[in-house]
Amino acid sequence: MEREQVALAGFETVASRRESVQGRTRWLGALSVGLGLVKIAAPTQLTRVLGMRNSPSTRRVMAGLGLGEIAAGLCLLSLSRSQTAQKLVQPIHVVRTISINRPPETIYHFWRDLANLPRFMAHLESVTVQNGTSTWRAKAPAGMTVEWQAEVTLDRPNQAIAWRSLEGASVPNRGVVRFTPAPGGRGTEVTVELKYDPPGGELTAALAKLFGEEPSQQIAGDLRRLKQVLETGGLAHSDASIHRGMHAARPAGADEKTVILGREEVQS
Amino acid sequence: MKANCWMGKKRVEVQNVPDPQLLSHRDAIIRVTSTAICGSDLHLYNGFVPTMEKGDVLGHEFMGEVVEVGKGVSNLQVGDRVVVPFPIACGNCVACQAGTTSLCENSNPNAWIAQKMWGHSPCGIFGYSHMLGGYAGGQAEYVRVPFADIGPIKVPAHLSDEQVLFLSDIFPTGYMGAEMCDIQPGAVVAVWGAGPVGLFAMASARLLGAERIIAIDRYQKRLERAASKAGATDVINYEEADVYESLLELTGGRGPDACIDAVGMEAHANSPLYALDRTKQALMLETDRPLALREAIRCCKNGGVVSVIGVYGGFIDHFPMGAIVNRSLTLRSGQCHVHRYLRPLLERIERGEIDPSFVITHRLPLSAAAEGYDLFMNNRDDCEKVVLKAA
Repeated sequence: MEREQVALAGFETVASRRESVQGRTRWLGALSVGLGLVKIAAPTQLTRVLGMRNSPSTRRVMAGLGLGEIAAGLCLLSLSRSQTAQKLVQPIHVVRTISINRPPETIYHFWRDLANLPRFMAHLESVTVQNGTSTWRAKAPAGMTVEWQAEVTLDRPNQAIAWRSLEGASVPNRGVVRFTPAPGGRGTEVTVELKYDPPGGELTAALAKLFGEEPSQQIAGDLRRLKQVLETGGLAHSDASIHRGMHAARPAGADEKTVILGREEVQS
Repeated sequence: MKANCWMGKKRVEVQNVPDPQLLSHRDAIIRVTSTAICGSDLHLYNGFVPTMEKGDVLGHEFMGEVVEVGKGVSNLQVGDRVVVPFPIACGNCVACQAGTTSLCENSNPNAWIAQKMWGHSPCGIFGYSHMLGGYAGGQAEYVRVPFADIGPIKVPAHLSDEQVLFLSDIFPTGYMGAEMCDIQPGAVVAVWGAGPVGLFAMASARLLGAERIIAIDRYQKRLERAASKAGATDVINYEEADVYESLLELTGGRGPDACIDAVGMEAHANSPLYALDRTKQALMLETDRPLALREAIRCCKNGGVVSVIGVYGGFIDHFPMGAIVNRSLTLRSGQCHVHRYLRPLLERIERGEIDPSFVITHRLPLSAAAEGYDLFMNNRDDCEKVVLKAA
């Protein structure tokens, strides 16, 4: 149990980063308010310094701009104090669970062979294991690829596996998966808990959500695919789901690029 | 190949689309011989089902000949003649193993959309929106059938397409609607809607031993068909008579023992409530107008069963929960678990207990699909059921 807690301990870097982001926000806010006050209080001097024509209309425009600047500054100042700003840089914590009509042993062994993970985790390209260290390659938003190394920190056969990324990962992450027999002989409840710390924390997650890459939904999708692989022997593909993004429910043409995760040999 | 595509509200079009290919080792490709337009296709046609995309191939009632099988499909061979159930089901999950295949936990790749809408996702369905999978449908020359080792049933050569085609949906759907009524000897069953599903619900109620079967609709021809072909003992035209009063009269004041709603989300009624629901629907204040369902609940006898097989998609207003609680009514529903009815209903057809082709009024080539939708939608030419011949 102790090791498990170690595996899920928090992220040291986060608090300090939050401090610095808050500091910068406060400084920027104060600067804006100051600039705004100058624009309102001394428009004549300011226009002269900037080499602009000193007419009543420029002074009016300057005062208007000053008001805008003060408003922006006040927003920044309030943001630096609010929960929102703090939340924006927090690590992401996702818990998702699914029931799979297979015994815990089967699911544990499948998962413990980390090379199987890309068969159902849509964003993983590969996981290779060497000398107890695994190398993970994943698709990142905007067509990029990220790679990191990880180690297994807990291995309780048929019950739980935990892992964490090693020093140097661009997205520090750790996770644990637990396998619990479901009541009434309905197989196994599989619960995944992931913590990761992308640059920008929740802000990145919120942006990613706009592009359909929301983490909890991603993990839920991965678990559904795990269930499909273990229960049915492969993934369920529809005519639309093999395309990235929306596509009409009709067969794909030979010239269309499709994405079929874990495509097996289908011909008889 | 040619396929009938959804091109927007009230627009379907037969287009040339790519032929399907095997995507999994449990797939088969079927060359469609006969396919039908379902009443539930009209909800897509009228734009009441969300998550449709322009170009989606429609159709979930179809049969044909196996032309290709994946290596995991050992029960079928090229050349077999099969009927395909409309729910796509894996056969391995807890829901499938319990016989509730329309609740398959693995066949909907877009389960997350359905989950957002309904809390949990049901199975994927051929040609029935992206929230139910985004599968190309069977109003086409060819169709890919996932989990083909579980779904399709081989049919004997001596039965015609028209006799077995409706095993894909409407016969089992009507049958399940009647089965949910727990019909006892002497039972009186009222069925709202004498469309194809309603007719099969009536015919099934008769097969299951109901003594009196009351059909409710507004089209006289449909009511005549219900009486002459589907075993209805009484009919009520709701444009001519008050349904509640008529049912009291027909049941000695008790109300029917069971009421089947075979109408669903686009109900009509002869009351001001119809205009209200229609307006709310247009303003997106409710998605479905449950006029038949409300009436079925009101009319059902104390302690009776209301069985809902008409399609609903979202939310309804003025749901008479008080009647259900205070009068001990049982509300049962579900998309049909077609797989479990295929064998027993095929046997009933083989024994001559029923010939499902009685519902067919129109036979058209696949290329005339748009005309078929128009005929069915507007009840032109007394249209009851359209079969499209794809080959």
